[in-house]
Amino acid sequence: MNDLRLGYEAIIPHIRALSMRALEIGDGVAVMLLPYQETLVGDVESGVLHGGAVTTLIDSAAGLAVLAAMAEPGPIATLDLRIDYLRPATPGKDVLARAECFRMTRQVAFVRASAYHADEGEDDPVAACQASFVVKSVGGGLEADRRPR
Amino acid sequence: MTLESILEQARRERDLGLISQAIPYAGFLGISAEETDGRVITRLAYNERNLGNPALPALHGGVVGAFLETAAIIELLWARETVSVPKIINITIDYLRPAGPKDSFARGIVTKQGRRIATVAVEAWQDEADRPIATANCHFLLRSG
Repeated sequence: MNDLRLGYEAIIPHIRALSMRALEIGDGVAVMLLPYQETLVGDVESGVLHGGAVTTLIDSAAGLAVLAAMAEPGPIATLDLRIDYLRPATPGKDVLARAECFRMTRQVAFVRASAYHADEGEDDPVAACQASFVVKSVGGGLEADRRPR
Repeated sequence: MTLESILEQARRERDLGLISQAIPYAGFLGISAEETDGRVITRLAYNERNLGNPALPALHGGVVGAFLETAAIIELLWARETVSVPKIINITIDYLRPAGPKDSFARGIVTKQGRRIATVAVEAWQDEADRPIATANCHFLLRSG
């Protein structure tokens, strides 16, 4: 799992560009951190992060959760992503995203994710997400119908 | 500089590029916009740091999502003369093809603009406009009053 974390952070250019970090990787679960940066703001008047920056964080965490659910991590691609922005992220605060791959089939992985501030916790999220990914399963049949957690 | 004054200047000078000054993440990603035949086309310049899959290579799905959202915002700000940055309520993105290492383009259509809520459909492509790399449907809250 440590290799996966280090590889993800080091190899993916946009994750590096945003200084995102993987804080936790478990069985089909990932938590990632996006440090607050003025370059990622969506509205200079309010200082609130661009929704797209939150999208990038959530998509990254969701992808990592899918990789963590695979017996042998292989190529994955986001198929669809829906995000509800429940409230604006607080200016100046880092954002965390926790993603869970709750269903893995041979071809498609299904993920739920939420974004929140560390001091407010997951129960008071700023965004909620549902996504699916196309996975190229290396292991074949064994992974079908695997349910992480 | 307030957004209102940036928008005013952008309209006066017919310079859509000024809008990205009001949206730092848009500038960071390399997003610009221009008006052609009365239609706004938003462009995402290729930059290696926007990649999510360096092996393919393909742009990060989050970058594509942020690009689509920004194209929708620019359409609302420019074409609909909305005065404040619309606040996103939700976005649904369909990823249709890998976004390769080249410039991408997007166009938004305001499907419905009410007094408080606007619905925008966006399509992004690279080489051919009829082979989209991704589409999105977004809802925005407009500042009322």
